[in-house]
Amino acid sequence: MPLETVLAVIGAALIFAIVITALFAPWIAPYGENASVGGAYEPWSAVHVFGTDSIGRDILSRMIYGGRNTIGLAFAATCLAFFIGSALGTAAAVLGGWVDLVLGRLNDLLMAIPQLIFALLILTVVGSSAYTLIAVIGVLESTRVFRLARSLSVSIVHQDFVEVAKLRGESLGWIVFREVVPVSFPNLLAEFGLRFSFTILFVSSLSFLGLGLQPPTADWGALVRENASLIAFGDVTPLLPAGAIALLTVAVNLVVDWYLAKIRRRSAL
Amino acid sequence: MSDNQLLKISGLRVEVPSPKGNSTILHDVGLTLNRGEVLGLIGESGAGKSTLGLAAAGFVKPGCAITGGSILFDGKELVGMDRTLLEKLRGVRVAYVAQSASASFNPSFQLGAQCAETALQHHLMSGNEADARVQELFAEMMLPNPEQIVFRYPHQVSGGQLQRAMTAMAMVCRPDLIIFDEPTTALDVTTQVGVLASIRSIVEHYGTAAIYVTHDLAVVAQMADRIMVMKNGRMVEQATTREMLSNPKEEYTKSLWSIRNFKTDERSRDAEALVMQIKGINAAYGSHAVLNDINFDVPKARTVAIVGESGSGKSTLARVITGLHPPVSGSIKFEDKPLAGHVSKRSRYELESVQIIHQYPDKALNPRQRIGDIIARPLRLYFGLKGEELRGRVRQILQTLELDPDQMYNRLPHELSGGQKQRVCIGRALAAKPKVIICDEVTSALDQVVAEGILKTLVRIQQEFGVSYVVITHDIGLVQAIADEVVVLKSGNIIEAGSKSQVLSPPFAEYTQLLLASTPEMDPDWLTNLLHARAGEKLANESL
Amino acid sequence: MRNLILTRLALAIVTLFFVSVIVFAAVRFLPGDIAQQLLGQSATPENVAALRQQLGLDVPGYISYFDWLGGLFRGDLGQSIATGRSVSELISGRLANTLFLAGFTAIIAIPLGYIFGFLGALLKGTSFDRATNVIALSIISLPEYFVAYVLVVLLAVKTGWFPALSRVSPSMGFLDYAERLVLPSMSLGFVIIAYIMRVTKSSILNVLGEDYVQMAQMKGNSRFRVMFVHALPNALAPIINVTAINLAYLVVGVVIVETVFVYPGLGQLLVDSVAKRDMPVVQAVCLVFAGIYILVNATADILIVLSNPRLRHAK
Repeated sequence: MPLETVLAVIGAALIFAIVITALFAPWIAPYGENASVGGAYEPWSAVHVFGTDSIGRDILSRMIYGGRNTIGLAFAATCLAFFIGSALGTAAAVLGGWVDLVLGRLNDLLMAIPQLIFALLILTVVGSSAYTLIAVIGVLESTRVFRLARSLSVSIVHQDFVEVAKLRGESLGWIVFREVVPVSFPNLLAEFGLRFSFTILFVSSLSFLGLGLQPPTADWGALVRENASLIAFGDVTPLLPAGAIALLTVAVNLVVDWYLAKIRRRSAL
Repeated sequence: MSDNQLLKISGLRVEVPSPKGNSTILHDVGLTLNRGEVLGLIGESGAGKSTLGLAAAGFVKPGCAITGGSILFDGKELVGMDRTLLEKLRGVRVAYVAQSASASFNPSFQLGAQCAETALQHHLMSGNEADARVQELFAEMMLPNPEQIVFRYPHQVSGGQLQRAMTAMAMVCRPDLIIFDEPTTALDVTTQVGVLASIRSIVEHYGTAAIYVTHDLAVVAQMADRIMVMKNGRMVEQATTREMLSNPKEEYTKSLWSIRNFKTDERSRDAEALVMQIKGINAAYGSHAVLNDINFDVPKARTVAIVGESGSGKSTLARVITGLHPPVSGSIKFEDKPLAGHVSKRSRYELESVQIIHQYPDKALNPRQRIGDIIARPLRLYFGLKGEELRGRVRQILQTLELDPDQMYNRLPHELSGGQKQRVCIGRALAAKPKVIICDEVTSALDQVVAEGILKTLVRIQQEFGVSYVVITHDIGLVQAIADEVVVLKSGNIIEAGSKSQVLSPPFAEYTQLLLASTPEMDPDWLTNLLHARAGEKLANESL
Repeated sequence: MRNLILTRLALAIVTLFFVSVIVFAAVRFLPGDIAQQLLGQSATPENVAALRQQLGLDVPGYISYFDWLGGLFRGDLGQSIATGRSVSELISGRLANTLFLAGFTAIIAIPLGYIFGFLGALLKGTSFDRATNVIALSIISLPEYFVAYVLVVLLAVKTGWFPALSRVSPSMGFLDYAERLVLPSMSLGFVIIAYIMRVTKSSILNVLGEDYVQMAQMKGNSRFRVMFVHALPNALAPIINVTAINLAYLVVGVVIVETVFVYPGLGQLLVDSVAKRDMPVVQAVCLVFAGIYILVNATADILIVLSNPRLRHAK
């Protein structure tokens, strides 16, 4: 088996394990999300695998719940981004004309503001909750999806087979869902993977800055922030949640790389 | 080995290494070439002729590797030669002229600098010498204003001129050998003649040996002293040009030669049976007029050929007829009723009656749809066929096109060859039960043998179903083969229109004659005679 | 071509205008009463009304927008609610610190990114290429604060080579200052090197497949000359683009790194002000960040136009 395939299998296994852990957090985590079950800052032990935090909560349990929150939030935001971005991007390409122009300009405008700054501004005003986070991140990320979906669709729309469909008298629905989307779908799927891993980084950055899910809810970015003071003593525990993020994003990237190579090979045939 | 021998390739094997087993591009091929000799390499795509040509410079494309054999150039072995030594050879003693001049000149540098590069890099000339030499060669290649054109960038110069400049570039260091890789394939025929003449005269003038790679028999007949025929990475046969043309030995060569003989007899139109009438069409892109006052009729069950070179507006005409590009003025009548300018305003019956087949079957078939579904779609949409009836009809259409329904039904387009894909496109058009099919350069992207098969199929379908064709083409040979009526188009104007026998026999319109005269023929003396005739005409004109 | 450049500049100005509207409108029109939030639920209605007046929330939106915009042009960005100090004063010192950190990092990291990219293209398929690929991919997949904290643990806490925190003041000597910049700029630099390397490599490899590169080889050019003289000038557009994105990222990405290292830059000011809901400061900092971002992107687009021979030399 080529190296890329081996890495992709490892990546897929990692994603599977992390997602299962997140889904079944209440059954897997040894303690509750916010239960104070020990003394402050207990070291690693058999009872508390990664020790406890400043108010005696089990860090491993908070990591497991945190994964559930971070991944769930990022997944929802990515789905929203794809729903908005691919629908509008494909529409802009297929309809062309002023629809394309207006949507394109609006998208450029949103992309002209740095994402993190924009998110900070809006979240400061409307306040952070799961819903506002999903909405803000979803809309900001949809600009990237829009760009890709539009450029993919534009190149497809100008192919002769779409011209043939138009000449055949096909409806707009057929052209979009039967001619354009099936061809752009593999690339959009790969982009979904990349966007998802980027969104996890984004969500955790916001949490790290204190604008993610609000305490006492656990999430991977906030866990680093909560326990950051331990780092000054050379304790790496606060880095574990960040490590979990890295593991997940690397795993997603490995699978996406393999998948992209596969669809490139197929289209080169 | 005689002193006269410049190149000797023997047992050459080129492969694409891959973990799943190597695929072989060249199977133990050999050739010899004497000083000053021109060898023509001909074959269809995938024959390995370009690979063999490049190998003469010890070069293989990225991803390929020489896995056996030897390449002796002037007594020196190029296989396994040190890279720096090869670099000293390339451009200096072996030069290369590529197919697409516009893609092979670096867009970032001026033509003169690119032409002088090799001489300067290898310290063979001073800057002034090299510049003078480039200008001299540009003049010799009949480029206008050599002293100005050296400062132009590639995108500022026409395709024909770039091809001339590239030949000049190859000549700068007076190489012993030039490899020409389909140098005129991308050019219009009227441009091609001049470039061919210039290449031939400059090669003769300097006594340079050449390997001339092409798929065009008529072109190679003009250029080569000796011809080698290749197929699937193997040599089929070789002989001197006259011998090869008059007396091919192998079956494959004979089949290549016979393509040019396919021809249908012209049929006159049935009294008043017209399917379509094009009247006074003017079309434009923005303020730029593309078609001026186009008029012609499409008779029932006949073939009308629209012939013209690039920029003639023939593709726009196809878009106007199909309703993708509404005309500025004029009308199209279909079965005596006016046809709306825009496709969205045409009735279902009109849509099914006018079908189009494109040049590139790759782009005309959705890569994610199965062959069976592609052909089934018009049947379902127009005639509401379902279930067994639908499947039966699709199988019937596949069979009409000589495609095996059991194999093809569930395949995706990328699993088919180019010719098979074009047959699927014909099948999709046929499924709509059309009255008129527009064939837009349908054979240009295909190998000649495959193209001939497609033409025969088109002719058979016309006889069977009584459909009319509007054939859009640049190839006067194709017109001669299948047209009943001809429209000659130049810069958006009709030069001449009428029956094939009328348009393609004397007295000619001037442009038609130019087109006809510029189309290479298999006669090895064709180019020489043409140039003599043109020189004579010029003299006659001057003396008047 | 001149028209293209002027159009791009005009577009940047229009974009900046719209961004200022968005930044202003976000505070003004999004749900959530800032005055109420600032004072808490126990505040008397009179106090809330007074604060609303101070924030200009009591006059119609478009009037206070033009007041704000007018102030912007005079360099008067209003007063911070939390400290009462002038916003422009608060920002100017911080901006210098941020630009210094960003510039310091850019000067080192961007050339390194190019070099690794060229090497990757030149040595494609070798173990060097594979190793740098994997490392770059991993770095891109890591959260910025992770890289930062790992550096703190390794180079500050365990070894004591560099200070873990980067509190700097203008009175500090240059060496002290530079020492405190090492860890933050390393944290930023790794990501930049990784991104620039990947794009540089892939854009050169793309161009290497072109016909004119094969022609350059057939003309007897050395491998080095093929790569740098024939391929590179035609691979500039994506390289310029990724450089701009990373320069923009440097200025914006500092938000997190400054927070980790408590470096007194604009990013840290933004995070502090967000926590205090000090809206005049948040708005001003957001606008400065967006302005730099738009400026860098516009510059890159213009450089890309300039690097294209088809646009530089019209027909």
